[in-house]
Amino acid sequence: MTWTQNNLDLIVELTLNHVRLSVIPIVVSFLLAIPLGWLATRNSALRTLVITGGSLLYTIPSLPLFVILPLVIPTRVLDETNLIVALIIYGVALMSRSAADGFASVERPTLDASTAVGFSPAARFFRVELPLAGPVLLAGIRVVSVSTIALVSVGIIIGSANLGTLFLNGKQRGILEEVVVGIVLSLLVALVFDIIIVRLGRLLMPWTRKDGPVVVTR
Amino acid sequence: MNVLLDALRWLIDPAHWEPGALSPLPIQDRLVEHLLYTGMAVLIAGILALPLGFYIGHTGKGRQFVIAFTGSMRALPTLGLLFFLLMVFGYWLSYDTAPIVGATIAFVILAIPSMLAGAYTGLESVDRQVIDAARANGMTEWQILTQVEIPLGLPLILGGVRAAVLQVIATVTIASYAGLGGLGRIITSGIGLNDYNRILGGALLVTALALLIDGAFAAVQRGTATGGLSDRPAARRLATSRSPRPPSRESA
Repeated sequence: MTWTQNNLDLIVELTLNHVRLSVIPIVVSFLLAIPLGWLATRNSALRTLVITGGSLLYTIPSLPLFVILPLVIPTRVLDETNLIVALIIYGVALMSRSAADGFASVERPTLDASTAVGFSPAARFFRVELPLAGPVLLAGIRVVSVSTIALVSVGIIIGSANLGTLFLNGKQRGILEEVVVGIVLSLLVALVFDIIIVRLGRLLMPWTRKDGPVVVTR
Repeated sequence: MNVLLDALRWLIDPAHWEPGALSPLPIQDRLVEHLLYTGMAVLIAGILALPLGFYIGHTGKGRQFVIAFTGSMRALPTLGLLFFLLMVFGYWLSYDTAPIVGATIAFVILAIPSMLAGAYTGLESVDRQVIDAARANGMTEWQILTQVEIPLGLPLILGGVRAAVLQVIATVTIASYAGLGGLGRIITSGIGLNDYNRILGGALLVTALALLIDGAFAAVQRGTATGGLSDRPAARRLATSRSPRPPSRESA
């Protein structure tokens, strides 16, 4: 454990950077995927476009995407923006499918009923469709969160400093402990994010709570 | 888009395909390596994961395990796992065998969750009534598995294989960073030489390979789908697949 003790500052710094690099893509891809997923339920051509486009983008291996991006967007090769944009692309690719599934899971009669009782289209979206699609959206964003956090570490190849730095540095200097610390922390970050997302989901969608009063008074 | 043309020109330059060219070239050698690593890992992972997935899907035992396992495996950083295994095997294997053994094990570990989930959800997706009917007709459990469940679940099972293959192809690219062959070598040597045509050429080649193989799998999957299954939107990518499972199974 000597290496860990001697390098706590570095570990903390890299972990925080890892968290920062993960949070942005997770939040942005969630926000971008919702309108895309909603559009996909409106007509089948859009659906095909969103789903096929998403899976094609998701197919591109990460390292090539990181090096191709600077050509498509005006950034330098070793710019952190490339990593964030690439992660957003993967996130949206995964999430828009979940969003499409989520909105598709809202029953047509429910929508018709809400229209009939006088919801405006916007109110219907925010107060009927979005909450009802919520559980599927939650499941989707959990997957995005986990895979984004795991992918961030590949960013070291294009010069980003995050927990992946520990893998590379540990390998080059022959310190197995450093690699292990990197893996464990990466898993921990993913776990903490997952717990936060699930908690947020319970908070925002109290009706999905499993540990309701019925079970408690048993 | 000039850079793109230059990269394409680099790719089709016959000198880069000449046998015996300097290290990360010729391109076809790296391509063959890439496919070889991928094929080997997917084969081993398939031998391990598919029977287990079929067992879980058929009996319904251990499905909580699959869900938890595939979920937590997603959190494992590929590069970290790879470097960890390379180092561990480096301690007690020779200099030339350690990378390939360590890397193959890493690829296998990465390929297993998708295949396991695919095999399990594939069997799970089969209508319970169909299985009950097969059983009522006197089919043995083995016949139900091989003649009913696997054929009907094939699109989802193949979907799992497809996801695994694509993940391994992507990871083999990164593996070159740890001194392994494959197409990633072209990209990393390009980064080292500051040769942008080479970086981009390699990147385009890997992307094209991934898309090509994905397309081939899509075609095969479509070919194996039975009429009732072909309209399932969740069949294509397992990440979001939700499989409702009626509780009637245990009573069968």
